[in-house]
Amino acid sequence: MITVNGLEHHIPETLYETKLSTWLREDLALTGTKIACDIGVCGSCTVLIDGEAKRSCKLYLKDVLGTQITTIEGIAGEDGTLHPLQQAFIDAGAIQCGFCTPGMVLSALALLMINHHPTRSEIRQALKGNICRCTGYQQIIDAVELAANHMYP
Amino acid sequence: MKPAYRNDAHAKVTGTAKYTDDYTMPRMLHAVPLHAPVASAMIKSIDSSEAQRAEGVIRVITAADIPGSIKFGQIIRDYPTLASDRIRSSGDVLALVVATTRAQALAALPLIKLELEELPALYDPEAALQPDAPLINEEHGSNICNYHCVRTGNIAEGEEDADLVIERSFNTSRVEHAYLEPECGLAHLRPDGVMEVIGSMQHPFSTRRFVASTLGLPLKDVEVKTVPMGGGFGGKDDTAALVCARAALCAYLVKRPVKLVYSREMSMRESYKRHPYTMQYRMGLKRDGHITFVKVRMVADGGAYCSVTPWVTWRSTVQCCGCYEVPNVHCDVYGVYTNNVFTGAFRGFGSPQVNFAIEQLVEIAAQELGMDELDFRRLNMVKQGSTTITNQVLDTHTVSLQEVMDKVLSEIDYETKRKNCSYGDPAMDKWYGIGLAISYRGMSLGAEGTDFNSAIVNVQPDGSVLIETGVHENGQGSESAMILIAAEELGLDVKRIRYRMPSTSNIPDGGTTVASRGTLLGGGATTNACHILKGIISEVLEKQYGKKASSFVDGNILDENGELICAWEEAIRLCYNKQVYPYAFGVFQAPRVSWDEETGHGDAYFTWVYAAQAVELEVDAKTGNVKLLNIVAAHDVGKAINPEMVKGQFYGGMAMGAGYGLLEEVPLKAGTPIPTNYHQYRVFRATDLPEMTAIIVENPDPTSPSKAKGIGEPTLEITAPAIANAIYRATGERYYDQPIKVRRPRP
Repeated sequence: MITVNGLEHHIPETLYETKLSTWLREDLALTGTKIACDIGVCGSCTVLIDGEAKRSCKLYLKDVLGTQITTIEGIAGEDGTLHPLQQAFIDAGAIQCGFCTPGMVLSALALLMINHHPTRSEIRQALKGNICRCTGYQQIIDAVELAANHMYP
Repeated sequence: MKPAYRNDAHAKVTGTAKYTDDYTMPRMLHAVPLHAPVASAMIKSIDSSEAQRAEGVIRVITAADIPGSIKFGQIIRDYPTLASDRIRSSGDVLALVVATTRAQALAALPLIKLELEELPALYDPEAALQPDAPLINEEHGSNICNYHCVRTGNIAEGEEDADLVIERSFNTSRVEHAYLEPECGLAHLRPDGVMEVIGSMQHPFSTRRFVASTLGLPLKDVEVKTVPMGGGFGGKDDTAALVCARAALCAYLVKRPVKLVYSREMSMRESYKRHPYTMQYRMGLKRDGHITFVKVRMVADGGAYCSVTPWVTWRSTVQCCGCYEVPNVHCDVYGVYTNNVFTGAFRGFGSPQVNFAIEQLVEIAAQELGMDELDFRRLNMVKQGSTTITNQVLDTHTVSLQEVMDKVLSEIDYETKRKNCSYGDPAMDKWYGIGLAISYRGMSLGAEGTDFNSAIVNVQPDGSVLIETGVHENGQGSESAMILIAAEELGLDVKRIRYRMPSTSNIPDGGTTVASRGTLLGGGATTNACHILKGIISEVLEKQYGKKASSFVDGNILDENGELICAWEEAIRLCYNKQVYPYAFGVFQAPRVSWDEETGHGDAYFTWVYAAQAVELEVDAKTGNVKLLNIVAAHDVGKAINPEMVKGQFYGGMAMGAGYGLLEEVPLKAGTPIPTNYHQYRVFRATDLPEMTAIIVENPDPTSPSKAKGIGEPTLEITAPAIANAIYRATGERYYDQPIKVRRPRP
């Protein structure tokens, strides 16, 4: 069993050797998880596994049995209200091409869950595994700071 | 400050934005390319019989299957969509395997048997220039892809006038765009006979031409639609169009939808890079600090195919002396064919190379004259009414070079901090340096191409508005900028305006969204379309109310006295009642530009932008590691339509420019890129970059209907020389090769 965004999925053994990223994108149609390097160095395919940011292109389904997985599609409210971090990415101008955005948001969320008021340098450290080629990261750091202030005033 | 606005932000932040590879279609097949194993060879045979029999394989396609033209290109038609008789680059694609799944297609690739006869390869552009060198593209008749020159004044007089002459050579490297989303194309033949293509490309109209040429179809029978694209930076022009053309070729032949998605490894192997340049400069100086002449020879390695090498090297030619007045100029620029991976458009487009050289050269010149480098720049820089080296008078817009430079110097406190520089002090463990670079940049395509764009503003009966332009959303926020321009012109909230999904069949060819021309050209067309629309509405209102509409504000239309004529909805309702469509087609044609290839004279660009950047850094005296401490930039953008997004262009450009200065290069082995993925091709990460400061300077441009100019490229083009100058003040040593690798200090 793997739980994705609150929904339970039974995993037959024939799928054990399937990459998590492939399964999310192709079997569950959760295409917000992006593939850019497919070797685990760019962070585009980041998802949360039991609250920790992990690269889904480096994991197979057999590695994540029994876990709770959150993808970018799973963090807004059920009524569609954006998560404060998502709203902060919009407000801070942190989005350009958007290809790194899902992974960035999830890596930042993993940070904010354990560190409610990170410094800019701690944010940079937490996002080190996620490449962005458009923004120079500055407005992404701004967004995470903004979200922290909203989430943990 | 206006809050950031993006029409696509919600979709992108929720993961619902669909990029090409996120789409799938019923009965869709997958294609993969077979790349050439060597860089130069004759193709004796391609035997795909075993691959054809492999599990899931539907068909193996080679050049012989192409119904239209095998070769295409934007300037010279030298690029084979599939190589037929000869391999000129290890990025050439020899065959496409189409299979039910991508894994099956990949598994069949090694089963294709190639019989090749290797030919001598040319990897050094200087060797390719030798008269007895074998020809890489025989049809072109020369390994010189193109040549440009500037002949201004009299170089002999310049030599005679000079009290001092300096000579330096500079080398720059190949650089990978490293857009996060690799190339992808998805094509299907519609029941109405139209080949419909979506893809990760930044030039839908060029893509349409590649597809139509490959399939032998008229342009009306190919429709290219655009979906969100994961970064381009100039890099999703030719290669991305070729990927789409190959997907379309497969779909056309097998009569089913076909997706061709590149892995990062395929992308890095095949996609074009930034041109590496070798530049030999000779500069003459008067004792009083005036430049008397510049003589320069540049060689750009174009790789195996032309792509846009003539245009890239033309910008280098026009801007070969940087933003300085030089009375005598002798400039020769060669774009050269080699068997290396080809090179083409990349944000900056021929200026980062030149600026890396010239912005160091002016500091070397000042130093040799015993002059302050800021005074030297102020003395020689272009000013209002200056004449450029190509005999263009800068009088159609505000020449703000001094203004942007002063703003940066003041913000970073340059003159105070300059005193703290280490110059390689042996007593110190950490060396501190500060450096500056400035530039001007011709906007848009200039005399390198036809430069016009169109926009459609189509008001619906309920008053909501659909707009579209010939500009492509590369991720930079061009759609948002167009919406903001229309919203301001029409006095409407952005929520009432939708940017229509663009398609090559909806709107005329507006050229490519490159050259920092999106906001300038598309915004100009949008502004002009809004003016026409307001004229149409005003005429209807005048007939009905006898009042002249004077302004459109906050959803209302006011007369000359500022009194309400009627609300927007009422006016639109009236239009439809009177059988008048509130619909306008607007065009912006770039003002006249000119160029004489013989002399290198002309009004190269219709307007220019001005930029300054300064960098502070620290060099570890033991390891040579460079740590960036601070970057400040000021750019004149004419008018900032969406200031937060303009800042995003600043930061992104500076980050890429810093990578260019310190990190990024694509070394080759036998013409093939050695890096295959991000583990070997390193780009700056969040921890590598300092906090940056963006200073937006606005001098509204009279030649631009929206008053806005461009910002995408200027931000990247001077960060590397500013770093080079800072490294000089930190280490006391000049570095002439990019990227800069600080030599380990003597023990």
